[in-house]
Amino acid sequence: MLSLTVFLPLVAASLLLVPGVGPTAARWGWVLASALELVLVGVLWWRYETPPDRSLAFDEQVPWIPGVDSSYHVGLDGLSLPLVAMTAVVFLACAVYSVRDPDRPRSRAALFLALETVCLGVFAAADLILFFVFFDLSIVGMYVVIAGWGHGDRARSALQFFLYTFLGSLALLAGFIGLYLAADPHTFDMLELARQDPFAGGGTVAAAVLGAILLGLAVKTPTVPFHTWLPPAHTDAPAVGSAVLAGVLLKLGTYGFVRLGMVLLPEAWRAWAWVVLVVGLVSVLWGALVALAQKDLKRMIAYTSVNHMGYVVLAVGAAGVVSSGTTEARSIAVSGAVTQMVSHGLVTAALFLIAGVFLDRSGTYEIDRFGGLAGPAPRTTGLFAVAAFASLGLPALSGFVAEFQIFTGSIAAVPWSAVGLLGILVVSGVFLWTLARVFTGDLGPSSRGFTDVAGHELWAIAPLLVLSLAIGVAPRPLLDVVEPAARSVVGLLGG
Amino acid sequence: MTLAQTALWALVALPAVAGGALVTAPSWAVRGRAAPAVGVGVAAVTSLLAVAVATMRPSVGVPFLAGSDLALEVDGLAAVVAPVVSVVATLALLGGAADVRESRRRFHGLMLVFTAAALLTVTATTLPTLLLAWEVMGATSYALIGFEWRERRRVASGLTAFLTTRAADLGLYVAAGAALAGGAGLGLADLSTAPPGWRDVLAAGVLVAALGKAAQLVLAFWLSRAMDGPAPVSALLHSAAMVAMGGYLLLRLDPLLLSTSWAGSATAWSGALTTVALGLVSVGQRDLKQLLAASTSAQLGFVVLAAGLGATTAGTAHLVAHAATKAALFLTAGAWLSALGTKALDGLRGAVGEWPLVRVAATVALLSLAGVPPLALWATKDLVLAAAFERSTVLGLVAVVGAGLSAAYAGVVLRVLWAPVGPDEAEPARELRGSEEKARGGVPRSLAGAIAVLATAAVLLGALAVPAVAQRVEEVVGGSLVEPGASGMAGSGVLSVLVIAVLWWRPVRRDGRWVGLVRTWGGVEHAVLHFVVRPTVLLAQSLDGIDRRISAGVVGVATAARRVASFTGTVDEQRIHGTVLAVAGAVRRAGRAARRPQTGQLHQYYVQAVALVAFGVVLLLVVR
Repeated sequence: MLSLTVFLPLVAASLLLVPGVGPTAARWGWVLASALELVLVGVLWWRYETPPDRSLAFDEQVPWIPGVDSSYHVGLDGLSLPLVAMTAVVFLACAVYSVRDPDRPRSRAALFLALETVCLGVFAAADLILFFVFFDLSIVGMYVVIAGWGHGDRARSALQFFLYTFLGSLALLAGFIGLYLAADPHTFDMLELARQDPFAGGGTVAAAVLGAILLGLAVKTPTVPFHTWLPPAHTDAPAVGSAVLAGVLLKLGTYGFVRLGMVLLPEAWRAWAWVVLVVGLVSVLWGALVALAQKDLKRMIAYTSVNHMGYVVLAVGAAGVVSSGTTEARSIAVSGAVTQMVSHGLVTAALFLIAGVFLDRSGTYEIDRFGGLAGPAPRTTGLFAVAAFASLGLPALSGFVAEFQIFTGSIAAVPWSAVGLLGILVVSGVFLWTLARVFTGDLGPSSRGFTDVAGHELWAIAPLLVLSLAIGVAPRPLLDVVEPAARSVVGLLGG
Repeated sequence: MTLAQTALWALVALPAVAGGALVTAPSWAVRGRAAPAVGVGVAAVTSLLAVAVATMRPSVGVPFLAGSDLALEVDGLAAVVAPVVSVVATLALLGGAADVRESRRRFHGLMLVFTAAALLTVTATTLPTLLLAWEVMGATSYALIGFEWRERRRVASGLTAFLTTRAADLGLYVAAGAALAGGAGLGLADLSTAPPGWRDVLAAGVLVAALGKAAQLVLAFWLSRAMDGPAPVSALLHSAAMVAMGGYLLLRLDPLLLSTSWAGSATAWSGALTTVALGLVSVGQRDLKQLLAASTSAQLGFVVLAAGLGATTAGTAHLVAHAATKAALFLTAGAWLSALGTKALDGLRGAVGEWPLVRVAATVALLSLAGVPPLALWATKDLVLAAAFERSTVLGLVAVVGAGLSAAYAGVVLRVLWAPVGPDEAEPARELRGSEEKARGGVPRSLAGAIAVLATAAVLLGALAVPAVAQRVEEVVGGSLVEPGASGMAGSGVLSVLVIAVLWWRPVRRDGRWVGLVRTWGGVEHAVLHFVVRPTVLLAQSLDGIDRRISAGVVGVATAARRVASFTGTVDEQRIHGTVLAVAGAVRRAGRAARRPQTGQLHQYYVQAVALVAFGVVLLLVVR
């Protein structure tokens, strides 16, 4: 069932590549396949029951490279299931958004469907080699998306993205090999590694292995100071590419922090948690402030992503600072981190799709060229306003559920993490100031003749925001899945 | 779920859902007068629900987040305040139905969502619930202040209000962290059980958030900018809800404030000083709405003062009396602005007599605001003053100054309403009319009616001066009640009348140096702009520069790698490969040279053999 869910998009992609499939069939085929995928994920969610500690639901294992004890091993738990669901939703939104886009629809649909399988694969993987293969393929896929369907200086941005994140993944691989070698018997199986806890004694090697893994993930997430590939990649990527990049691909990094760092190296994580915390805090403030200085809408959104991923890193860092009596608070922080991954995926995908509407109508992202758009484009205004408020963490939307948990948990565990609250304030200023400049006041030069969102755009963007609202008002269906997993992770850290 | 519990959920859900539907409905679905009808209708039903839950006192809750519930309860305090909020909302929407003629769906929708958030604030029993309601109030208030979005100044005013109050709201996030760390849990009633230390952090966080919302002391300046919203918005947000909720939160969390050694007095002093500082600001204003806004801060000061003293009854009574009084006045300001095209005090002179009902109703409300017997705010202010004097004479005297200033700012407006206009004053007044917006020349009947109802309430609430009535409120709300005593009440009434009389004969001079300072609300907004906002933007820009340099650095590393590669390539091609070629050439040449002696001619071989032997002999001799 899980493997079917993971590979269905890939199968659909190969069907679309059969000669004779027309452009219309390709576009609607993509929508259909993504919708079917979402149904499958819905069934998984429906049948999901929290697995016991150190095991996975929907566990499937087939020997693959027995020589190094690596197998095709997939499964889900409360950390990965919400991200799998979010991935399916974001990709469906992208399919709907592209339904009128005439630019090489067949290969685009196939590429995105293949990318969907790759992303789902990372979240489902329970074997380090499998994880790494999917992780690296996601970089390749996104490279092709940017280089093939981007605009502006796309070749350069794509190359920069590829080289930077690929280099990061090599550090990750070094860490994986370290884990393999330390395990006795040697294995790449994540569950087995978690059971063995090969670095239980801590030490220099453990720190080095964790350092390599953290470096790889810090590049992917990205955290300051490894974030500079993100803005150009976004600026030159197509709207759907940006949505997937920010919505899903960044989560591969933050997910790794929990899945690899905390679970596989708990002892080293505890020792170095304060470094993670500081990096998160710096990312929060840096991302927020630099976003304030941006003149380009997409760069602005990209930097708020750095800020939002900073909250996640802050929370997982605080969760590792173990002291007595804070277990409950730290598991709330981890639960907030996972919620933030889901929330950011939905909201930022919506924001980038809206940015795509801007490029489509006016050919520019430059904030100062707009103004007064609420007149000609009221629906765009409404969508952006809701997305902006969701992103700045307004209650009743998903961002609040995430940030409230992150900050109450983190502050209770490490009081000075309250400094990060300033990020919330600055991001509020960033979004409301942008809202004022783009949508209110007098009409700007690029606002004239701006047509409002069309049906397919509305149907792509609005559901993302409705989901954000649903999570914000009724978070229990999500938190009932996440919280047990968060508690179990914090349990591994002890304290 | 019982009927009462259903009613409590509906109290919040009905206006929230109806408001959300109005805002998002496509224009063809809700036409013409349908939006005001839905708005006023839903608000009216909500008021009925509020009265119903106030009598039945239900509590409800569902699991929410961080181990805490989304929980609502109608206790004594909420039973008094929830009906007031929803009734004022209904009247403000009724007034707005006539006053706001553009984008009615958006106006009524946002007002309903705001009302839902305010009612949730009133009934919340856990921190997450409170924070949810609290910040949604802030966001809808942002959207309502910037309602006329074509004017960027108004949008910026909304932004100022939102960011200022949100900065203070961060106190609640810190408080939530402290509650969790202290092991008290996130229930509002349990916060005071946190251990000392964490309890102090909790109290500080709550206090900052409440003072921000209630526009106290230096945090008041956002309320000045909030006056850029339509008048019916101010009638609800800046009388009965939003600002009032700041005071309400302190009343609700009295046990927490009083469980620390310092928070109670800090709260009381913040309130007392606000009554004076913002009272002065109010007296110096030239614009009716600005004057009313500053007076709102000042009047909330009495509520905050009461909360700091644990005088919950006095504070609640004052909150309610102020809501009715101030809502009437804000609606009046809006009515005159629409009719005359100005809200400048000088522009209103001599013109407001055209609508006698509104003028009389406004006069009643102003007399209540001034603290003239036997009206509402006279009665409730005396309850607060009595509590203040019981605590400390200095505190009481400061509050008396604040009370005198209430009479002063109300007196300024009373004079505008009733004093005869001199011949040299009539012309400038005429010029001001129509200067802010187009004068429509009439006050709609529904608006006048709403004002009259609220003014009547300001009269009836004067009953709170009767000890038996005040005691009944105490039974419902709880908290200690200090009876003011007849001489105190008479004294405060006389003071109010005296101040009004003095101002009638000796009006406030508008050119004094102090006026410049108070007219800008102490210049706080300017200071924040210069010392907080601008440095932040500069910091952002320099960080952006650093960011670009990091990016360039990374690209530089890549470029350097490429240079190293091309250098290696050159080395590879020219040096190494060249050396290999040279060696190969030398070997080839050596081979060719080695072939040369093989001539095939015997005599030459003999010569070579002789030469070789000779060479060998010579070598042997030399070596030996």
